[in-house]
Amino acid sequence: MSELRDLYQEVILDHGRRPRNFRAIEDADLKAEGHNPLCGDKLTLYIKLDGDRVADLSFEGSGCAISTASASMLTGILVGKTETEAREILAAFVEMATAPVDSKSDEGRLGKLAVFAGVREFPMRVKCATLSWHTLESALDRSKEAARTE
Amino acid sequence: METLDPKRLRADFPVLGRSVHGKPLVFLDSAASAQKPAAVISAMSEFYESEYSNIHRGVHELSARATQAFENVRKKVGRFIGAGDSAEIVFTRGTTESINLVAQSFGRAEISAGDEILLTAMEHHSNLVPWQMLAKEKGARLRFIPMDESGSLKISGLEPLFSDRTRLVTVGHVSNALGNLQPVEAIIAEAKRRGVPVLVDGAQAVPHMPVDVRKLNCDFYAFSGHKLYGPSGIGVLYGRRELLEKMPPWQGGGDMIRSVTLEETSYNDPPWKFEAGTPAIAEVIGLGAALDYLDKIGMEAVHAYGREIMDYAQERLSAQPGLRTLAEASERIGAVSFLMDEAHPHDIATILDREGVAVRAGHHCAQPVMDGLGISGSTRASFSFYNTREDVDALIAGLDKVRELFGE
Repeated sequence: MSELRDLYQEVILDHGRRPRNFRAIEDADLKAEGHNPLCGDKLTLYIKLDGDRVADLSFEGSGCAISTASASMLTGILVGKTETEAREILAAFVEMATAPVDSKSDEGRLGKLAVFAGVREFPMRVKCATLSWHTLESALDRSKEAARTE
Repeated sequence: METLDPKRLRADFPVLGRSVHGKPLVFLDSAASAQKPAAVISAMSEFYESEYSNIHRGVHELSARATQAFENVRKKVGRFIGAGDSAEIVFTRGTTESINLVAQSFGRAEISAGDEILLTAMEHHSNLVPWQMLAKEKGARLRFIPMDESGSLKISGLEPLFSDRTRLVTVGHVSNALGNLQPVEAIIAEAKRRGVPVLVDGAQAVPHMPVDVRKLNCDFYAFSGHKLYGPSGIGVLYGRRELLEKMPPWQGGGDMIRSVTLEETSYNDPPWKFEAGTPAIAEVIGLGAALDYLDKIGMEAVHAYGREIMDYAQERLSAQPGLRTLAEASERIGAVSFLMDEAHPHDIATILDREGVAVRAGHHCAQPVMDGLGISGSTRASFSFYNTREDVDALIAGLDKVRELFGE
């Protein structure tokens, strides 16, 4: 069970069961959709900006514990960040999630998000963890296309 | 009828002896693809080692023998599904290609603007997308036999779904997503009353029960070798001879021709008319070995044991708190889909995998079925004659782990 416990840490289970900021923002400045066609996970991300800073962030959708927890924690950590800072965290998260299993990545930058490092042991589940982050990228890019993990 | 001994049979499957994540493999994903008995693996390697050559071409000894072995399998397949004539057996890459062949050859010739194709709302994407493509190209209309909220086909109101424009009915014999054995006899009877040809997608039926295409009275029957304990990359389309003869060729190339000039070509007879290019020769040999293996066990025995193991799985699953199985248990054959209150199908499948238990999670290439049930996916456990009651017990023990981890 130890690798499973690495993947399903308490904080992930908690966010999976009780996602934070699970709502729509009616007057969102940025909105993007993400879809994992392989498993059917879908989410919509809403961002309210205050100048260059993220003033409010929320999501809706359906997915597994990993993708729901990842989206929930994303919305918590990015409030107050600038778009540039958000992109830096995004890059660090994707790098951590996709790094080789035994590599030492710099998880210090990621704070609480470092709990997702366990996903590397589960290659089939990396896309669950990164779906909300790819969706964030397409929101920040002002992309009309839904983000896809394929 | 002989009863089969799953413990003895599983010894015929080398892969079932391995471990996964340090646990003995419990393979409950045969509906995605079945494992291969040693008889199939060795038939293919022996063919490559001592018999291999291209077919239908050479006058030399190896080519003659390979051709004979290849064509013998065609006869075997015909006998296995009760076809009257082995010329009605077309080799394809799999069920998907078989259905696409009918859509592209029969469909393009026989279906025009305003015509209708009748499907069900429970088809695998492979028996839906080719018809959507054809309908779009031709301006034809797709109609659907609906699914009720419990996951069964509603066939009480069949008649109004037909019209004088209905040109083809296409229906899955067993749902890959929920495991229901569909009421194909009733659907075929209604179609026949109106003279409409019927295609049956038998991918999930042929591995679990005796199939007789003439008794079924269907016009086309499609299935895959890899779900039938044979190799991947080989499939079968049965087509009634009169229809195959009328149908235009599909892919052009070698083997499907009678004579070719720079200007024009006259085509070979069925089934070769539909088999352009060098086929999957060793895979056909492997499929033949799989059919020999199944003949020895007997499909009646496979069917009877399938019911027994499914009944046991249902008994254990339905006793699980917070677990709901989908579709009527009495309708199911080979597979059971279920939902758990505590966890999403992907989380369930990941935890089971760490226990050595392989299941499928997600929409099972049947998104409209999931949409119809108002869910995004399910966990599916599928069974073969090589699965024992202990395999079901291992699944249940794995689900206890899911609750241990996810329960609050």
